[in-house]
Amino acid sequence: MKKLLACTGALAALMALAPVSNAKAADLTLCWAAWDPANALVELSKDFTAQTGTEMKFEFVPWPNFADRMLNELNSGGKLCDLLIGDSQWIGGSAENGYYVKLNDFFDKEGIKMSDFAPATVYAYSTWPKGTPNYWALPAMGDANGWFYRKDWFANPDLQKEYKDKYNRDLAPPKTWDELKETAEFFQGREIDGKKVYGAAIFTERASEGITMGATSALYPYGFKYENTPGKYDMEGAVNSADAVAGLEMYKAIYKCCTPPGYTDSYMGEGLDAFKSGQVAMMMNWFAFMPGMAKDENVGSKTGFFVNPSAKVAASTLGGQGISVVANTDNMDGALAYIKWFAQPEVQKKWWSLGGYACHNAVLNDPGFKDSQPFAAQFLEAMGGVQDFWQEPSYAQLLQAMQKRLHDYVVADQGTAKEALDGLIQDWTAIFKEEGKL
Amino acid sequence: MPDIEAIADRAASATPHGVAKVVRGLSDRSIAWLFVAPTMVLLLAINIFPLIWTVYLSFTNFASNRPNRPVVNVGLKWYQDILSSPEIWAAMQATAHFVFWTILFQTLIGFSLAYLIDRKFRGHAFWTTIILIPMMLSPAVVGNFWKFLYQPQIGLFNYVVSFFTGIPPSSFEMLGSVTLAPWAIVIVDTWMWTPYVMLICLAGLRSIPDYILEAAEVDRASRWQQFWSITLPMALPFIMLAVLFRGIENFKMFDMVMLLTGGGPGSTTELASIALKRQAFEAYRTGYSSAFAIILFVVVFGLANVYVKALNKVKQR
Repeated sequence: MKKLLACTGALAALMALAPVSNAKAADLTLCWAAWDPANALVELSKDFTAQTGTEMKFEFVPWPNFADRMLNELNSGGKLCDLLIGDSQWIGGSAENGYYVKLNDFFDKEGIKMSDFAPATVYAYSTWPKGTPNYWALPAMGDANGWFYRKDWFANPDLQKEYKDKYNRDLAPPKTWDELKETAEFFQGREIDGKKVYGAAIFTERASEGITMGATSALYPYGFKYENTPGKYDMEGAVNSADAVAGLEMYKAIYKCCTPPGYTDSYMGEGLDAFKSGQVAMMMNWFAFMPGMAKDENVGSKTGFFVNPSAKVAASTLGGQGISVVANTDNMDGALAYIKWFAQPEVQKKWWSLGGYACHNAVLNDPGFKDSQPFAAQFLEAMGGVQDFWQEPSYAQLLQAMQKRLHDYVVADQGTAKEALDGLIQDWTAIFKEEGKL
Repeated sequence: MPDIEAIADRAASATPHGVAKVVRGLSDRSIAWLFVAPTMVLLLAINIFPLIWTVYLSFTNFASNRPNRPVVNVGLKWYQDILSSPEIWAAMQATAHFVFWTILFQTLIGFSLAYLIDRKFRGHAFWTTIILIPMMLSPAVVGNFWKFLYQPQIGLFNYVVSFFTGIPPSSFEMLGSVTLAPWAIVIVDTWMWTPYVMLICLAGLRSIPDYILEAAEVDRASRWQQFWSITLPMALPFIMLAVLFRGIENFKMFDMVMLLTGGGPGSTTELASIALKRQAFEAYRTGYSSAFAIILFVVVFGLANVYVKALNKVKQR
């Protein structure tokens, strides 16, 4: 009995004294979403380990749970991540709450210049307050919402003739949202290769950010703005302008006419499934998935890519992330060393070659860049007109309000587009008042 | 029969002198407290303290994603906001719809199945096991499983409906339609939990002594009279218990519905617990969601108390 007690006591003491983190201090844990580019980063990071001897560990969380998981980790002061590739919208809260390390001094000391990176990515992924030279991340993964289409179906002579007869133009990747709708209608319900196919897969997901990211891809080109004057939170007439209403109506029209049955709660994964299984002619999805799709053994050679169609202006919904050092890290030197290594032009070039979207000018301004991948030119074009959601510290509340208003209108068919956007202004006004910003 | 005194002597001699000295001075009551103290401490730490802390948070503007923001007392603001919020009332309405219909269907079908299973027939043990399978599955598995069954293009459910009604399978969406989605979650919960109600009802039916029914037969009571005057009243406390358990469970239903519909389309199936989760862990309105949690707790606690009193009355009859 005494022995048993002694053993139990020793075990309890060991458990109590064991470090909370399961990583060794010299290791680095990098947290990100679980998707194709994350696999490329694992491959790329092997070079860092080879050069420095620092073991890299990775914590990848599926997209629908990524924000929940990581924001809870930051809010609870967890020590899971030394480095975090977090969404652009988190930067305001993470900077103000002290979750990320401010990198200005480090950049100055190491000679890392933000002017070496594409301006849109620096603005979106690194700065808080927006546009000021206060850097909380290094642009890591440029991304925007784009489109995939079935090249083989578009190239079918019979379909081309029928399309030309009907719309008096060639069957080609649509350049405007009107063309997109007509093209989706053209394919909807059609039988191709003995199978019924549908027009387009778009984002309709309710729980995280899906329908907001999808609908803003229509709203931005139609002229939707968050504020009349940046920084003033004056939303009336911007969020619910006639142009914004038209954009939202267009998104709903495409959802109603041209998506596969049961497409009521779909995001990236569902879209990829629908496209790869030959269900849809076109799919909205992030550029990040294009390298994987281009290599897909079943549909890779049959897939083409196009930039988000325009309406009044050319615009795309911004994706992508910067890489930040988590202030709570036990291995600050190691984490900063990784950032320094990652910022090197040669590493950025390899990052692009492996399937990551580098934001470094050495990659993007390379004369051969546009032809380096079948989606490279479109990526450059998209990044020239990206717009992002609020990056405010209260972004989570702002996002949830928009998710609800959009899903209620687009999928649940409640009210009008104007009512949805008016309601959104009410929600956002209440949030900003609570924040003391109005 | 072991010699108690000898055992006590052996225990006393094995107790270290220091411990024995301390214990010898304690009263029986103190020793009893000593034994229950660890459990009490544990309960206080994991049940009572969080509850008190939640009550405190419900009067503040605390947001878990804004730890550096000064915490301000907001009084009853969140309670007022919640009780006057159309979204919250819509969530409560969706919850009431879900709880009412699931309990009604589960009780009717569960009791009927129990009544049938209670009759001895060939293979009844096998069929009982088959019927119990759904409740053995994890709600996460059930949610994903039914999501496929409800898929309009490949789902079995739509094909079965189509087979019996002639409606094309792709022409309706159980999870995507505002009208059908509230019923889709009722169907799944009924499928999963009817066996549980059946088990409790079966226990009630088997607790009825045979001699009462035999006496009724001797008195030439019809089958209907036996059921109405003996079986149902005697099984009623068990049925009420099943209703209580399912009511409490379904009032806080989250996992299965979250996986099936995510609260959609729109907010059609956004039950109170899903609305609470969104406020607490997606919008990070910790103070607001604490007030909402307290309101839900009071509602469930109040309703359960009223119900338990009714149950006791039925048992005393």
